[in-house]
Amino acid sequence: MYSPQIAEHIANPRNVGELENPSGIGDVTNEVCLDRIRLTVRIEDERLTDARVKASGCPPTIAAASVLTELIIGRSLRELDSLTRKDIAGALGHLPPAKAHCTALAIDALRAAVGFKR
Amino acid sequence: MKVYLDNSATTAMAAEVIEAMLPYFSDEMGNAQSVHSFGQRAKAAVEKARREVAALINAPPAEIVFVSGGTEADNLAVRGIAEAHRDYGRHIITTKIEHPAVLATCESLEGAGYRVTYLPVSRGGLVSIRDVRKAISDDTILISVMLANNETGTIQPIEEIAGVVAEARARGLDHLHFHTDAVQAIGKISVDVNRLGVDLLSLSGHKIHGPKGIGALYVRKGTRLTKLLHGGHHERDRRAGTENVPGIVGLGKAAELARTQLDERIKRMRKLRDYLEQQMISRFPDVRVNGDGQQRVPNVSNVTFGGIDGESLLIALDLKGIAVSTGSACASGSLEPSHVLQALGLMRDEVRGSLRFSLGAYTTQQEIDYAVSVLSQTVARLREMIPADETESVEAVAESQSKP
Repeated sequence: MYSPQIAEHIANPRNVGELENPSGIGDVTNEVCLDRIRLTVRIEDERLTDARVKASGCPPTIAAASVLTELIIGRSLRELDSLTRKDIAGALGHLPPAKAHCTALAIDALRAAVGFKR
Repeated sequence: MKVYLDNSATTAMAAEVIEAMLPYFSDEMGNAQSVHSFGQRAKAAVEKARREVAALINAPPAEIVFVSGGTEADNLAVRGIAEAHRDYGRHIITTKIEHPAVLATCESLEGAGYRVTYLPVSRGGLVSIRDVRKAISDDTILISVMLANNETGTIQPIEEIAGVVAEARARGLDHLHFHTDAVQAIGKISVDVNRLGVDLLSLSGHKIHGPKGIGALYVRKGTRLTKLLHGGHHERDRRAGTENVPGIVGLGKAAELARTQLDERIKRMRKLRDYLEQQMISRFPDVRVNGDGQQRVPNVSNVTFGGIDGESLLIALDLKGIAVSTGSACASGSLEPSHVLQALGLMRDEVRGSLRFSLGAYTTQQEIDYAVSVLSQTVARLREMIPADETESVEAVAESQSKP
């Protein structure tokens, strides 16, 4: 039902935690299922140098939160601006159609943390 | 290590069952209806299995009807009674926590002009005798209440309900019948159709280390029942279709093992289940056991881990070789959370964090030890991930529960 990538992120979530004195915080909740992602980031010289994440909810949400950190650490803000839910979905392999909204939550957390206006 | 703790979903076949079945796929391929010696040997094997299934539930062999499984047994019981007695009444009583095989059949009958009462259950998952008594009316033809629930393992007071049925019959409700779905109870507790006082009882092979695709419906002698399947006079005209001889032989062997090893299996499963539960509670004091802690089968533990999504936990455990199930909303493609746990009055979050461990006759101490160790790490890791204020609320809940 879920891809091996999702299962692997659930079993070994990456960059779990919370940065001290972060440059930005993105704390977003899906009001329907109450899944939540809380992302803290450090931004130095227009580049995201570090990130930590916490999440609760169904497997794709936790996996999306985990994979998000892998996709954003070390990237320039310009690169991050063009990151989309498709990139998250691609990194997670197959997502059941009913679960596609989990990728949106991850992107929302990033935008809120970095301060992009959308 | 692979640890299968989802025996309420299905079980591995016992080695003895496989061995008993094998000849009936090849050399002993006879059709039990044939007159020649191949057919007669198949017929003899079917009748031997019928005696074994009958012995397991203390019924006469002639009152056992072989069917394709628990779902068909439930369909045959509910629809068969409803249709055979429609001229005497069109009211059925059941519960909100039945298996979908009963619930969906009842819903389908509602579309055909029947009236169905779905009784509520207590927080422990038990039906109240008073509710049953109050629900019976002059046109009630069937009461269907499961013996043990598939999600929580809670055992219903079937004998007491049978007493209410007897009272109603004494008042003249001649067409009132009593059915129990015993699929999850067989092989876990002692089941005796006379002590229970039921007219019909469903059971399934693959829940008791027998084969899939075979089950039986006990039908008390003299019960009028409309057939579901037409096309022959098999099974005393209760169910048409060539007998699934290997399946029936396998069910017979599984029934024999379930009967002769029952005490030993109960002791073993209860010891391991209780140990598993104690270990979980000692590591995570906020773990709640769902269903009635006492009135339940010895092999099931349904628990809620606060703050965690059951499916996330399930997947993490699966990656470590441990198979369990959950009543969580998103599980297995269904967006509807468990109707059973909802009927128990659990809050959405409690249903979401629920996990069912179900042991089998062959579960070992080493397997449980491994499961406990992986579970501890996994729950701790998933809890670490929960954003701060949610963790606080989980602790607050645990604290409020521990107060008298």
